[in-house]
Amino acid sequence: MSAGQGGAAALPERIAITLTVNGEARQMDVLPWTVLLDLLRDHLALTGTKKGCDHGQCGACTVIVDGRRINSCMAFAVMKDGANVTTIEGLAKDGVLHPLQQAFIDHDAFQCGYCTPGQICSGVALIEEGRARTRDEIREFMSGNICRCGAYTNIVDAIEQVIGSNEEAAR
Amino acid sequence: MNRFSYLRASSVDEAVREAASDPAARFIAGGTNLIDLMKYNVEQPARLIDITHLPLNQIDETDSGGLRIGALVTNDEAAYDPRVQDRYPLLSSAILAGASAQLRNSATTGGNLLQRTRCYYFYDPGTPCNKREPGTGCPAATGRNRIHAILGTSEHCIATHPSDMAVALAALEAVVHVTGPDGERAIPLSDFHRLPGDHPEIDTTLRHGEIITAVELPAADFSRNYTYLKLRDRLSYAFALVSVAVALRIDGDAIAEARLALGGVAHKPWRDPEAETLLHGHPASEDRFAAVADHILKDARGYEDNAFKIDLAKRAIIRALSQAAAGTPQSQTDKRIQ
Repeated sequence: MSAGQGGAAALPERIAITLTVNGEARQMDVLPWTVLLDLLRDHLALTGTKKGCDHGQCGACTVIVDGRRINSCMAFAVMKDGANVTTIEGLAKDGVLHPLQQAFIDHDAFQCGYCTPGQICSGVALIEEGRARTRDEIREFMSGNICRCGAYTNIVDAIEQVIGSNEEAAR
Repeated sequence: MNRFSYLRASSVDEAVREAASDPAARFIAGGTNLIDLMKYNVEQPARLIDITHLPLNQIDETDSGGLRIGALVTNDEAAYDPRVQDRYPLLSSAILAGASAQLRNSATTGGNLLQRTRCYYFYDPGTPCNKREPGTGCPAATGRNRIHAILGTSEHCIATHPSDMAVALAALEAVVHVTGPDGERAIPLSDFHRLPGDHPEIDTTLRHGEIITAVELPAADFSRNYTYLKLRDRLSYAFALVSVAVALRIDGDAIAEARLALGGVAHKPWRDPEAETLLHGHPASEDRFAAVADHILKDARGYEDNAFKIDLAKRAIIRALSQAAAGTPQSQTDKRIQ
């Protein structure tokens, strides 16, 4: 795609940015209008992060940027220059699933699986935030992740299990 | 999405200078509304000025005992700041009633105020809309209008302002600090958003090139008797049909000071100071709360799908005043309404 067509002021072609993605520094040249979600999927081939609504309403694109969960469909990549990004691909360590990934399996917390990467990234951040104690609180703080299959009950079970085992380990 | 040029501003002065010299430029921070609007081609800025690197991300004490919340403080940071939670729990509650955890992590204080309406027609460039394209008409007035305004509408626009945060800020009499080509000025929150009148395309009194630098909360003692009651079509992650922010100062058994603002019912957070004075010096009672509700809604006009909002707003006002007077604010996680 050509950026400089028409108009008196030529539009910039590409802007150099650096992102740390799942622990690995990645340098790339991006167009200003490239959205973080598309960068991850189309440029870095990290297709675990899903495009659901593409309008910040479903949470399928949730990733963790500098420790905070965000909708990657609502962020221009160029504005995240220097950021640390964790996607679903970055959660397992040395072949061992993240406890929340394992809990999703234990509790059958998905059906079609399309919302699952976003649910898990959101849930991992929720657990880190440490604000959810009750099921009501888990549901409220997970409301940015929609599941068309309606696996909510099991998703809450999975998150509750990890919060519970973390608390036990802390005793 | 349209193509645009991008500038990362390194100072407020640079951001203002660059924006003022280009009518097609827009500031971008959290991007949670602007990027969405660009994806629908509702907004097509030729140039984006990224302000996220400006030093506007602190919450500071003011000399007069209030708080100054930088424009780039995220909704999440503002809601969970211990000073905000202790001294302005109404603001914290209202912020947490809005959006999702993900959006609150990106969305900023300044951007929240500048978000556009979620009117279905405004969002759809395939339909006319006076707010999007002045002079084309308002299909909402005779079309689907469940989420639309009942107060302060005009024949040209019946859109609502969607913010929860701004409703609390109106009740708390916050002040918006801006810097523009002509220097700094301070705008009371209640004068920041405007009614649609003949120019629904203009949401606020902010001038082109002006940037919000902070929102100031005056010193206040509304930490005990407050509530933010939000009623909507689903229990979380939905815009208000009606919301009510209440802050009371109770002296003995009488209400010494009352602040009340409504969301989801007008083009701006709706305050009615005359109705608030009906409470002054009186003990909390449902009859008096009902009189306040009747006063606030006396000029309301319902449309085909949203006439229910008039009664809903009255009941919500009575319930919210009762919650605030009792010192039992609405929980934003346990959604049962007590």
